[in-house]
Amino acid sequence: MMLAENVVELTIASQLEFIDLVTTLTDNITSMVGFDEESAYWINMAVRESVANAVEHGNKYDTQKSVDIRFTIGVDALRVTVRDHGEGFDPATLPDPLDPNNLLNPAGRGILYMRTFMDGVDYERHPEGGMIVSMSKRRAPKQPIPDLSEGDHKHDAVGN
Amino acid sequence: MQLEIRERNVGDVVVLEMFGKITIGEGSLQLRDAVGKLLDGGRNKIILNLGGVTYVDSSGIGELVSRHTTTKNAGGRLKLLHPTKKIKDLLMITKLLTVFEIHEDEQAALDSFQ
Repeated sequence: MMLAENVVELTIASQLEFIDLVTTLTDNITSMVGFDEESAYWINMAVRESVANAVEHGNKYDTQKSVDIRFTIGVDALRVTVRDHGEGFDPATLPDPLDPNNLLNPAGRGILYMRTFMDGVDYERHPEGGMIVSMSKRRAPKQPIPDLSEGDHKHDAVGN
Repeated sequence: MQLEIRERNVGDVVVLEMFGKITIGEGSLQLRDAVGKLLDGGRNKIILNLGGVTYVDSSGIGELVSRHTTTKNAGGRLKLLHPTKKIKDLLMITKLLTVFEIHEDEQAALDSFQ
């Protein structure tokens, strides 16, 4: 598949050990495009949460199923999509972690954090199965687009 | 190892000094095991010193909530010491700041058990 010059893709198997690989790449990208340290930290966390959800709830730790991450560096924003290959879900049906009855639940806060730290978070079902979460974070003005014209930047942690 | 936990006893209070990451997988499990062992041994006055924790994700926050609940159910208390600003931000976003007893001074945390 042809990629635009400002796209970086990474595919991992559904193993928690690979999450750090994704967040390391996230840190490299947010540093490269000039996000401040605070923003970069929270973008890192939003990506971590989305990938962890894809591994745990989407692919249910099935290492035969991949998690596909795409970073698109735009003029106005960094966009990150994370796709799993699970059965999909309706985010509207998830319990509200801020409901007093749910405050002490051990889980269910990841999407709230993602929505807090990113400017946009949307879920959709992929036509071929699985869910895609699309997140965006606006860039501060006057940050030039980095020159990625050396070619496609694609990493593949599952070796294919 | 994601998380290093050093145990220190001050009277009947146990201070767990934590260094590293409390994140999904190993870090969260280490925290669960450490508190679980204390409660199994009847030690239920626990301070988690989070000053050396560099990163917590939603799984880590969930684990803190779970250990708070299990300690309370065991008749004890679990208190937080020196949480970083980012940890406090995460607790605030999820309305958990008031759930935990948080201290910035260890002696005050110890005294609060008396």
